Amino acid sequence: MIKLVADTLLSQVRTLWMVFVKLFKKKDTVEYPDQQPYMFPRWRGRIILSRDPDGEERCVACNLCAVACPVDCIALQKGEMDDGRWYPEFFRINFSRCIMCGFCEEACPTNAIQLTPDFEMAEYVRQDMVWEKEDLLIDGTGKYHDYNFYRVAGKKIEGKDKGEALNEAVPVDVRSLLP
Amino acid sequence: MDLSIGSPLAIGLILGVVIITAALLITFERRLLGFWQERLGPNRVGWQGSLQVVADMIKIFTKEDWIPPFADKFSFVVAPGIIMSVVLLSFAVIPFSPNLGVIDSNIGILFVLAMASLGAYSVMLGGLSSDNKYALLGSLRAAAQMISYEVFMGISLLGVVALTGSFNLRDIVEAQVDGWYIVPQFVGFVIFLIAGVAESHRLPFDIPEAEQEICAGYHTEYSGMKFGMFFVAEYVGLVLISSLITVLFFGGWLGPTFLPPILWFVIKALSFVSFFILMRAAVPRPRYDQLMTYGWLFLLPLSLVNLLITGALILSV
Repeated sequence: MIKLVADTLLSQVRTLWMVFVKLFKKKDTVEYPDQQPYMFPRWRGRIILSRDPDGEERCVACNLCAVACPVDCIALQKGEMDDGRWYPEFFRINFSRCIMCGFCEEACPTNAIQLTPDFEMAEYVRQDMVWEKEDLLIDGTGKYHDYNFYRVAGKKIEGKDKGEALNEAVPVDVRSLLP
Repeated sequence: MDLSIGSPLAIGLILGVVIITAALLITFERRLLGFWQERLGPNRVGWQGSLQVVADMIKIFTKEDWIPPFADKFSFVVAPGIIMSVVLLSFAVIPFSPNLGVIDSNIGILFVLAMASLGAYSVMLGGLSSDNKYALLGSLRAAAQMISYEVFMGISLLGVVALTGSFNLRDIVEAQVDGWYIVPQFVGFVIFLIAGVAESHRLPFDIPEAEQEICAGYHTEYSGMKFGMFFVAEYVGLVLISSLITVLFFGGWLGPTFLPPILWFVIKALSFVSFFILMRAAVPRPRYDQLMTYGWLFLLPLSLVNLLITGALILSV
């Protein structure tokens, strides 16, 4: 009984002392708006649509991002230009649904859709969380500076025939394979 | 300017300073708790968060003051007033410095204990009149806890009274010129400290208002300024218990002469306030039955033994 009481008392006093010493310790708090934290380049934040080095839209409206999205927050419509390029007629991301998982970025074959380190996206009106293509599209190339899909892909567009892409072999004449 | 004991100016000064101190303690406590939990606490309103209490007050004044339709209106409204007035009345007998105080009463300790008992009515009425399960549980716990802890709160002080030979708090302070009562009455001090925490139901003995168990206990249904009165009364009670400990065991205003007596009193009382906040930051809340067992089976016999030994020593010397 006496030992129990003494142990309990001692442990309480020890607790009080250990907590008191914390008064002089460095605090864990980061005073956020005054003191901006370092955001890592690969942080998964606000989604953007990038352009290729020539300044054209990278997105080819393949819908892979919309398929990969686990919360179905991406909506887009394919359009086709006169020269054969595909582009999204509209591209809409509902950021009130988006969970910043980055699956869209991984699915994208043209590096068009990318996640940026910006996370300050609070809005007062819920409708403002829905971003259209004009809001998403940036003027730069994002994380990949030299990549241009139409320059390396085998897709035929005006001014670039089959086999004229970078590192692409000239198409084989199937008939010449005859013995 | 008449600032003698019991003059209107002194009464107004003490009342105002006590209430303002209690309000400022809200900020003080939140900052200190923050530091002890390795965070910063509120520091954005005013210099280092000093105006936080103003923001809190504006919020609490502009809130809807709602009385539940199922509540018993009269006692619901009266309850917060009771606790506020009894804790403020207790300050009447506290001797702040040799010539500052409200009454020089020769039953000072009895008066404080009586007022503390009356405080139990407030939490009981508040909880019962709310007609709410949590409030009822809270007030039941509060009533049992306050009444049982009152017993040895009184007994632990009898040692001090026996040593002084007077119930007058002013005499008790003056009797400590040769040495503070913390030395001969250390056991009494510890018991009074614990009982005081239980009496003002602050953490770790905030069982009547344990937020994790029963919402907010007896003031679950209170809002607006009525809640504010319960809230501020708790802090006034904290200041009261700290002042009592200072007066009874730490020599009140006594101290080296390079500081004025009132400053010594304030320093001592404030360090006890900080100690209570430290207890809140560090010590976990016991279970309800543990609290009662601890009180009746350990503290009560201990305080009786303390009284017996003190009495025997006084008689034998």
